[in-house]
Amino acid sequence: MHIPDGFLSNEVAVACAIPAVAAVGYGLRRADVDLDDRRVPLLGVTAAFVFAAQMLNFPVAGGTSGHFLGAALAAVLLGPWLASLVLAVVLVAQAFVFADGGITALGANALNMGVLGGVVVGGLMLAARHALPATRGALLGVAAGGAWLAVMAGAAGCAIELAASGTVPLGTVLPAMLGVHAAIGAGEAVITVAAVSAVLAARPDLLHGPAPAPPMLLAVS
Amino acid sequence: MRRFTILVLAVAIGLATAASPFASSSPDGLEKVAADHGFVDRGTTREAPVRDYSLPGVRDARVATGLAGFLGTLVVFGAGYGLARRAAS
Repeated sequence: MHIPDGFLSNEVAVACAIPAVAAVGYGLRRADVDLDDRRVPLLGVTAAFVFAAQMLNFPVAGGTSGHFLGAALAAVLLGPWLASLVLAVVLVAQAFVFADGGITALGANALNMGVLGGVVVGGLMLAARHALPATRGALLGVAAGGAWLAVMAGAAGCAIELAASGTVPLGTVLPAMLGVHAAIGAGEAVITVAAVSAVLAARPDLLHGPAPAPPMLLAVS
Repeated sequence: MRRFTILVLAVAIGLATAASPFASSSPDGLEKVAADHGFVDRGTTREAPVRDYSLPGVRDARVATGLAGFLGTLVVFGAGYGLARRAAS
């Protein structure tokens, strides 16, 4: 879902960069509260895993592939603002080292693939804390649903940005993007649930569940 | 935390190095939509140290992709860890 240079107008690129920079900046500013000694390496390995998993394009229908985005996984582990930071790190490396995604489109890509998904999943986690029991099943359900919604939110954001740039009409691009990403989002849900399950098995203390006042929930409240 | 960090980093490096050469090379969702609806040519490309996830100077395409994945995963880990360390202190 990496937008290359040339797809977006300058106005849209700037309009996307503002909330992206704000979210990442907020993540950085809150880092002295949210990032305890365990979360510093957790942020590093989450970024590394997201980068690696993004390389693994899987086939979806009709000569199309999809790849993991990772915002939902990062938001479950680190909360929405640090998830935005994780995806920004990945996207900056991809743009500057690998020419994957445009430089002028970095703000839009960070918004679509990081901030939107992070905020969707952060909101769901907060709602689930009030509405659902603090069980493994509830957490995995939120991770699965959140992962799918995060991909759909990113696809919708991307479509709106392309339409606002005058690149393609919204009535054309929105259904096309949502259609193909409905399948890709299912892949995102599978990978997110597998990764969260693995963390639950290895280091359940890194996930919030029943713990009081977890930092990620403070961050969205 | 050290063991967990090393374990996850090893999984990430393993996936990026050994699995990425076998990933689907079909266009992704956005590329497909751009091709279907006639705006794919608006995209511009540029030079980069490791274009298209293929390490320059390596003849075997799969090895070049695997090495690009290996390198990229380490770069991203270093950047993420370093930034988090600085921001947290």
